Amino acid sequence: MTNPTSNVAYETHEHDVLVIGAGGAGLRAAIEASALGLKVGLVCKSLLGKAHTVMAEGGCAASMGYVDSADGWKTHFKDTMHGGKFLNNFRMAQLHAQEAPERIRELERWGAVFDRTPDGKISQRPFGGHTYRRLCHVGDHTGLEIIRTLQDKGVHSGLDVYMEATITDLLKDGDRVSGAFGYWRESGRFVVFKAKAVILATGGIGRAYKITSNSWEYSGDGDAMAYRAGAELMDMEFIQFHPTGMVWPNGVRGLLVTEAVRGEGGRLYNALGERFMEKVDPKRMELSTRDIVSKAINKEVKEGRGSPHGGVFLDISHRGAEYILKKLPGMYRQLLEFADVDITKGPMEIGPTTHYTMGGVRVEAESTMTKVPGLFAAGEVAAGMHGANRLGGNSLSDLLVFGRRAGLGAYEYIKANNPSTNLSEEVIAAAAKRVTKCFDSDSGENPYTIHKELQDMMQAKVGIVRTEAELHEAIEALKGFRARVANVSVTGSRQFNPGWHLAIELENMLTCAEAVARCALQRTESRGGHTREDHPEYHPHWSTVNSVASQDQDGSMNVGEIPLLPMPEELKALCEGEVGIPKPAA
Amino acid sequence: MACSHPTNAPHPKANSASTTIKGGTKAVAEGTVATFSVYRGTAESGEMKTYQVPVAEGMVVLDAVHHMQANDAPDLAARWNCKAAKCGSCSAEINGKPSLMCKTRMDALPLDEPITITPMKAFPVLKDLVTDVSWNYRVNERITPFTPKSDDTDNWTLYQEDVERVQEFRKCIECFLCQDVCHVIRNHDKKNDFYGPRFMVRLASLDMHPLDTVDRLQAIKEEAGVGFCNITKCCTEVCPEHIHITDNAIIPLKERVADRYFDPIGKLKGALGLNKSRK
Ligand SMILES: Cc1cc2nc3c(=O)[nH]c(=O)nc-3n(C[C@H](O)[C@H](O)[C@H](O)COP(=O)(O)OP(=O)(O)OC[C@H]3O[C@@H](n4cnc5c(N)ncnc54)[C@H](O)[C@@H]3O)c2cc1C
Ligand code: SF4
Ligand code: SF4
Ligand code: FES
Repeated sequence: MTNPTSNVAYETHEHDVLVIGAGGAGLRAAIEASALGLKVGLVCKSLLGKAHTVMAEGGCAASMGYVDSADGWKTHFKDTMHGGKFLNNFRMAQLHAQEAPERIRELERWGAVFDRTPDGKISQRPFGGHTYRRLCHVGDHTGLEIIRTLQDKGVHSGLDVYMEATITDLLKDGDRVSGAFGYWRESGRFVVFKAKAVILATGGIGRAYKITSNSWEYSGDGDAMAYRAGAELMDMEFIQFHPTGMVWPNGVRGLLVTEAVRGEGGRLYNALGERFMEKVDPKRMELSTRDIVSKAINKEVKEGRGSPHGGVFLDISHRGAEYILKKLPGMYRQLLEFADVDITKGPMEIGPTTHYTMGGVRVEAESTMTKVPGLFAAGEVAAGMHGANRLGGNSLSDLLVFGRRAGLGAYEYIKANNPSTNLSEEVIAAAAKRVTKCFDSDSGENPYTIHKELQDMMQAKVGIVRTEAELHEAIEALKGFRARVANVSVTGSRQFNPGWHLAIELENMLTCAEAVARCALQRTESRGGHTREDHPEYHPHWSTVNSVASQDQDGSMNVGEIPLLPMPEELKALCEGEVGIPKPAA
Repeated sequence: MACSHPTNAPHPKANSASTTIKGGTKAVAEGTVATFSVYRGTAESGEMKTYQVPVAEGMVVLDAVHHMQANDAPDLAARWNCKAAKCGSCSAEINGKPSLMCKTRMDALPLDEPITITPMKAFPVLKDLVTDVSWNYRVNERITPFTPKSDDTDNWTLYQEDVERVQEFRKCIECFLCQDVCHVIRNHDKKNDFYGPRFMVRLASLDMHPLDTVDRLQAIKEEAGVGFCNITKCCTEVCPEHIHITDNAIIPLKERVADRYFDPIGKLKGALGLNKSRK
């Protein structure tokens, strides 16, 4: 087959800032940059409003103190650090806790309509690891409310939105980022963006796993592009396996059952009818942190006390139909429509699902800038905020706080440096070649087959519980996958061709998968979202460092460690003592 | 007037294929293979192609599409994201009925005849099941955003009962199925005159927000063209979020427009600018 790109044709757009990703983080960044007078382009792989943020269910954490007046940023900060097992970038955790309430108020001003307390304020619900009832919510579709509010604000902010365009490479002028290369999904035609600064807001890497709550978009494009451009990936071994994904039917295996079910009083039982969290975390029970609950479920299943489809039981029916329909309407319908289970009448079967990527691109806390000048990252694609384990509800607030900061950071950077947006033709031609070579290969495999096997492998060998031997096997297996992906074959044209899209994304998934496996091998301890069967305890050394992966000159992956930022004494003092237990939902 | 389903559906059984799922409808026998007839092509040319897909327990139509992509048609274009009826990406017409593919279970469809999947008819086809829905985004841009009385949210008091009806409208996932089914858009292509049910819902959510200060009636009547709706309720029937589009959004808007513009006292008040304080 002839290469459809023998002469590279492309369209060019120029902006001060290019934001890649239109979830909560990207939209908030774009709104901020635009408000500061910058010309902003916003690109996303799907239609506007369909990013992952739309799926968030349970709520957005912010210490408004509307329900528990004792709450404040200091407690939120402490809870976040404890939840992250102290590997968090403390400065990010601090800024997040301090600024989240204002970001919520701003959303209200822009039209968000949260559920209310009896005295007419925003209602807040309890969630695992949060001392107080803290999650602002709208039933169980909080993400929809947030993304729609930002989207409606965004369309009146003078943004240039490029929907259904995929960025495949960041482009540089010397050391600095000066643009990005991509294609329109619809036509397959190439598009080049020139920009003085680029903000990555591309989300996570969950599609590298078989059982996941993540959509096709989560192929780690942002992480991999940043890595190729010279940025560092940090803490990639920390993957959040959410305790409650659906386990049946197969088609929806992994689909999320929101933590709000437990927040609203849901109880976990094994096949013997035991509330097994009593043995694991008798104080917090079901509202323990996600890493602990997931491991507990895993153990019940492994030891033969699981439910018929390989999970455990989650029961909220004791709260009564009226309450459930008001507070968890989406879950009621989801379980009824997809699994024939009426949760107002009896338990549902659930099990852990790959949910959130704590690791990602290493950034500076205040500005969100990466190691590469002009390249910023915010939201799930950025690392540091959540350390080794994210608390539920802390992502939506993270998007708002650091999305805004990314817009601001890009503005300051441009003001201080007035960087050029030069791009060389060779670099553009190389970027085009990289994504079209799969049309030249007639002998390679179908991308779907490779993807499925990669997912099976990652699930089996780099899943919830890991061992040295299996991680070695995984790293070895990834070499094989790399050879297969290099030779992948794509049929059809470049016009809206999902097979082609997947072939390109596979390469990104491989980079992320390798970083996860290598960092997991390096960290010989268990902490948060990283569990080593052969090293089940915390290790003092590993309490003091983050993992980093970066690309070597020869293209191979270097994995190492960097010391944590030293935390000031007054913040350390805030973290003393145990995390409190929230009162039940009002 | 009752909703009569799209008349130009490609499949004769269009009206009998119900996609309402009431837990545990019927079990599909093991080894069952379903036949699909799927639109492949662009706006200019295309054809219905046949695919065979083994049916598994609890399977939805989107699973079948993924099976076709992985095995027979790697370049079959379809949109999806959440696979949980939350994002509104996977809209198409299944046996002629506008539906979410991720929410339509195979055990709710008759399997003795081919199941047709075609793109939404009201929008131009880009490729296969993917349509150009950009018109909807342009309509949204024309709507004046929420404009509250004051920015001091700490002093806002909003009770749950005050926001309940607005919250119903804000559940919209922008699947555009209501736009697809509405005959004003689908059969009469009045895209220049009528915003369609999705944006009637959005206008209602703003108009009924207790703190919004904009008088939107003129826009609802003129630019949005609320009068084009003749209350067939087809939109309400297809809405996967079960929003009472007609009863709770459109009819109240129509009534307010009628009060203002067609009732002599309302007209007078409008002329004197007295309606703005209604909220
Ligand atoms: C089912 C579910 C429920 C959740 N519930 C909660 C909750 O209750 N509370 C909470 O705090 N968190 C929750 N989370 C987590 C939270 O929703 C996500 O972490 C968060 O929405 C991520 O936002 P983001 O802005 O970083 O990225 P996203 O919203 O995922 O957006 C990523 C964007 O990047 C774009 N993109 C990606 N790659 C490219 C590319 N190569 N080129 C162009 N564009 C690209 C995508 O198109 C998309 O627009 C939940 C997650 C899931 C999956
Ligand atoms: S908007 Fe009016 S005319 Fe259109 S489908 Fe709904 S009820 Fe019928
Ligand atoms: S109102 Fe209902 S049918 Fe219409 S776009 Fe919204 S969710 Fe879809
Ligand atoms: S995939 Fe999101 S609504 Fe169907």
